[in-house]
Amino acid sequence: MTGISVAFGGVKALTDVSLTVEPGQVHGLIGPNGAGKTTMFNVACGLVRPTEGRITWRGGELRRLRPDQLAKLGIARTLQGVGLFPGLTVLENVMVGAHKHARAGFLSALLAIPTADKDEARLRERALGALAELDAEEYAGRYPGSLPYPVQKRVALARALVAEPELLLLDEPASGLSEDEMRELGELIQHLSGRMSVLLVEHHMDLVMRVCDQITVLDSGQQIAAGTPEQVQNDPAVTEAYLGDAVDAEADAAELAATDGGTQRG
Amino acid sequence: MQQFVNLTLGGVITGAVYAAFALALVLIWRSTRIVNFAQGAMAAITTFIALSLIESGQSYWVGLVVALLAGLVIGAVVERLVIRPVEGGPELNAVIVTLGLFIAIQALISVLFGVNQRAFVAPFSTIGFRVGDNSLALSPNTLFTLGAVLLVMVGLTALFRFTRVGLAMRASAFGQEVARLLGVRVGRMLTLGWALAAVVGSLAGMLIAAEVTFVTPTYMDALIVFGFVAAVLGGLDSPVGAVVGGLLLGLLLSYVRGYVGDELVGLAALVVLVVVLLVRPGGLFSTTQTRRA
Repeated sequence: MTGISVAFGGVKALTDVSLTVEPGQVHGLIGPNGAGKTTMFNVACGLVRPTEGRITWRGGELRRLRPDQLAKLGIARTLQGVGLFPGLTVLENVMVGAHKHARAGFLSALLAIPTADKDEARLRERALGALAELDAEEYAGRYPGSLPYPVQKRVALARALVAEPELLLLDEPASGLSEDEMRELGELIQHLSGRMSVLLVEHHMDLVMRVCDQITVLDSGQQIAAGTPEQVQNDPAVTEAYLGDAVDAEADAAELAATDGGTQRG
Repeated sequence: MQQFVNLTLGGVITGAVYAAFALALVLIWRSTRIVNFAQGAMAAITTFIALSLIESGQSYWVGLVVALLAGLVIGAVVERLVIRPVEGGPELNAVIVTLGLFIAIQALISVLFGVNQRAFVAPFSTIGFRVGDNSLALSPNTLFTLGAVLLVMVGLTALFRFTRVGLAMRASAFGQEVARLLGVRVGRMLTLGWALAAVVGSLAGMLIAAEVTFVTPTYMDALIVFGFVAAVLGGLDSPVGAVVGGLLLGLLLSYVRGYVGDELVGLAALVVLVVVLLVRPGGLFSTTQTRRA
């Protein structure tokens, strides 16, 4: 994605942001609240059309990308929150994710012709496989609403993975997870990175720093830094965006220490 | 005793037709959150097309197949051309559009086929089976009606449960945006949903025409009221509820007709509607606790 700008009415949400996800790499997209992370993400999957800029994928330019074409292009995404279909079982949810791998045409599927039956069985198997990979196969027959939140997140991830995308877009996958679950998630993402590219939008710094190969930092719709985790961590612009003016931060810390009277903050 | 048996049988049969019609309404409500008030008129025009064929010497079965195909086409065309622009907009817009469509199609029927009452001959004998000296409210034709409704319900269940298209349609109904991101052509699924619903509606129209034996451009008006009450009774979201609601309403109205009086049937249906909305607005089979007004 090169030179992406997005304006909603008069509000500039993104100004000239460029970002490249290399094959097989995990690319982090971070920034304070309101920096434009989600907008950038929505541009990547066709929900928001950029006012300026180009999106290139597999060497070709994507124009007028429609959300339902994403899956065919080998791009899958998870949503902030979970976004599972409430009235479908866990297995059926994942089967919808494998939709693009069905071979039988629309009409033969409708008329339940034998090839469509075979298709159906293959989809089911794939979906079970994806659930097994995320240790969620025991929930296959349950409805999402009856499952704990972290399990729902695993199911949503299975639904994205079952399509075997080349690029996986993860929108705040760690929100609502405990420390342990987050560590597991980190291992999973690292494990995935050989198989596909990942674009990760995330608040949790330690997770991002641990799993990402490259990081892009946004602030107020501007790209303020990009590079490896080390480069980004040592970039003064990033520290400033996150902590405000460095001097202010120190002054605040001193003031805090004084008023707290020595009590330690966790 | 004989009266009770016959009222029960009659109730089950009209209930089955209400159920089919309610099912058509539910199919559309689930996928597009629109109550299709034009459903009755859309079904009526297909019945008139079939009737013209039958009167010109074709068999009932040719008429039936043509009516169902016409329903499929009309449903798809209506969704693409008329409903698509108001989908996802304020609910009132969709209500007004379907009401307008209802009036327009009804007028079109009058223009094309005239306003006179026309006889509709049932495909099978309507003379009741006899048990000893008693005649039952069950004839070969009513058995056909029951069988046809049952077949459609089994077919629809199989479609939704066991096929990929059915899965995609259910996914679209539960979350359009998410389904779209997963590669489901949601628009196509909505068109298909309307087309299927119109087919079921057409079938209900054909079946009820054979039961009442006379059709006019407005003969489906009563059915849309009863079908809507049945759908609300079962919960607009639930296909199973539509079927149960249809059967319950059919039985209740049949008893009212037999024991209280024919003229109170319409009133009884509206009383059911008001009571359900007051006591259990989600319907008997509601899965969701809250409902958008």
